[in-house]
Amino acid sequence: MNAHLTVIDWMIIAVYFGFVLGIGFALKRYMQTSTDFFLSGRSIPAWVGGLAFLSANLGAQEVIGMAASGAKYGIATSHFYWLGAVPAMVFLGVFMMPFYYGSRARSVPEYLKLRFDEKTRAFNAISFAFMTVVSSGISMYAMGLLLNLLLGWDFAVSLWVSAGIVVLYIFLGGLTSAIYNEVLQFFLIVFGFAPLVFLGLKDIGGWDGLRAGLTTVATSQGFPANAWSSSWSQMANPSANPMGIEWFGLSMGLGFVLAFGYWCTDFLVVQRAMAANSMSAARRIPLIAAVPKMLFPFLVILPGMIAIALTYAQGPARFELPHNPNGAINYDLAMPALLFHYFPTGLLGLGLTALLASFMSGMAGNVTAFNTVWTYDIYQSYIHRGASDAHYLWVGRVSTIIGVALSVATAYATTRFNNIMDMLQLLFAFVNAPLFGTFLLGMFWKRATGHGAFAGLVAGTVVAATHHGLSLSTGSVPGLKGAWIASNIAYTSEMAQNFWTGIYAFSACVIVTMLVSLLTASRAEGELKGLVYSLTERPRSNEGRWYMRPVTLGLVVLAASIFLNILFW
Amino acid sequence: MGLDVRLPLGLLFVIIGALLAIFGAVSDPSIYARSLGINVNLWWGLFMLVTGAMLFGLSRRQDAAMCSSEESPEGAAIEELEQVRCLEENNEP
Repeated sequence: MNAHLTVIDWMIIAVYFGFVLGIGFALKRYMQTSTDFFLSGRSIPAWVGGLAFLSANLGAQEVIGMAASGAKYGIATSHFYWLGAVPAMVFLGVFMMPFYYGSRARSVPEYLKLRFDEKTRAFNAISFAFMTVVSSGISMYAMGLLLNLLLGWDFAVSLWVSAGIVVLYIFLGGLTSAIYNEVLQFFLIVFGFAPLVFLGLKDIGGWDGLRAGLTTVATSQGFPANAWSSSWSQMANPSANPMGIEWFGLSMGLGFVLAFGYWCTDFLVVQRAMAANSMSAARRIPLIAAVPKMLFPFLVILPGMIAIALTYAQGPARFELPHNPNGAINYDLAMPALLFHYFPTGLLGLGLTALLASFMSGMAGNVTAFNTVWTYDIYQSYIHRGASDAHYLWVGRVSTIIGVALSVATAYATTRFNNIMDMLQLLFAFVNAPLFGTFLLGMFWKRATGHGAFAGLVAGTVVAATHHGLSLSTGSVPGLKGAWIASNIAYTSEMAQNFWTGIYAFSACVIVTMLVSLLTASRAEGELKGLVYSLTERPRSNEGRWYMRPVTLGLVVLAASIFLNILFW
Repeated sequence: MGLDVRLPLGLLFVIIGALLAIFGAVSDPSIYARSLGINVNLWWGLFMLVTGAMLFGLSRRQDAAMCSSEESPEGAAIEELEQVRCLEENNEP
């Protein structure tokens, strides 16, 4: 598994690093105001924003994790894309962007402030700022470990070099720098992984060969023959598919609550659309991103499926997934192991560059979201109001450095206190679970009030924690995996447990928000103009060619997504 | 914002593509046993080179230069709203 890099691989990696920093230096002179730094001066064209929107979410953990899931669950992993992400992105573009962009809020928490009140914003801003720093640190830790395992690189060196590069290019070029590098990363991932899919499929005998291989994978683990090669047909019964979930929990939990909650409310991605140069571009950004998003399963899930099929193949062993010390298959290495198996030196450098790029831009996405929320929603709102714009620009630059420093500290802390980090991530999951309910009511029900929203968020978080504390999945031990109050509800898999936690949290949030809103005084309708659907003029969307109109584009994207679901039924 | 992203994008892929293609042309064919006997460096390098050159060419056309939101009527109207909400009071030149 230890790969040997030669001069050509190092040259490719070096050229990439040169460009990353070069973009930062080239953009430095355009960073005049805080809006330039935090929102790219609202000057990003739709296609650039669209690719950045997609890449911001495409950290190394996502790439490696999706290949691992492809090996573990087969084509059903595509539900994260064709059932979860794509419909959520269409909803964001068609229905929600008019309020985010039209309200002129500079961040997602600021929208909550305009629509509801100060405490709702504070709750969201503080938990979000904390979460970005910690999750960026945890993914740095994972990447440092991986690079050490694969290439023998020193953990500390990979950590500090990548953190240093990210700080430098964001310090210089702000959000624009992050967005440009995300566009670069998008192309690098496509160029780096497309040959892998081609070689893997050719080796295994095309889709038919892969399906035959996956039949062996499924039957030898006691599942129906098509459990790995069909996405819906085994979803009626949670014990018939490797995900251990049934169609209702899947569609509601992943397809509705969790995916919409992430794609429509997470500032990390929404920031890219807020930086657009016009309302129509802001609305098209998530829709344009949905097109490659729809095709990404073929790039990141397929390699995992090929890796597992080759591992189970009869006859002389060609390729085998590495094992953990306890003898279980190490799914997380599906993508890198396959890369090392097929790529000669040269192309291997490109594949590694793609991995490094996704690692760094994942970090950059967190850092740009952090410095904006910190500066606008915490510093400007509660610490130092009414300073000059130059002052806030300076604070943004300083908080970039502090944010990365905190992430590095988190990465080091993770090496020692792994459990605390898992607990923190669990806590964030509880805070995030009900969020979509708050935004949905805020944007589409003018009667929703600030007190209602805040009570709903708190109730949803409490319900999420309680449900987790009362439920356990098969084979897990009580503790971090649930049942820390009592073990009353049993699930077939951890994924099913997570999806149902989301469903309960969302429902609690919606019910409590509505009840409390009806009991408290609502705001004057005039103040809610541009913030609520029924009180806002619809943006004109019937101009230009069909692909320039958000609604038409959204319908086309949805239809294509339904087609893919049916194709791999 | 003055820098068209297709310029660095095009340049990067021209350089990486050229590196890969040249390396593929001179490298020992036996290293391609693992890639099913295909000289992937040469072919993929050429493909990247052509894609990069196209992106670079597009960036030289001035039609899609980036412009800020104030420059469109719709954007200007929203900017006004922003002043009303006092979100960007300090931004005025």
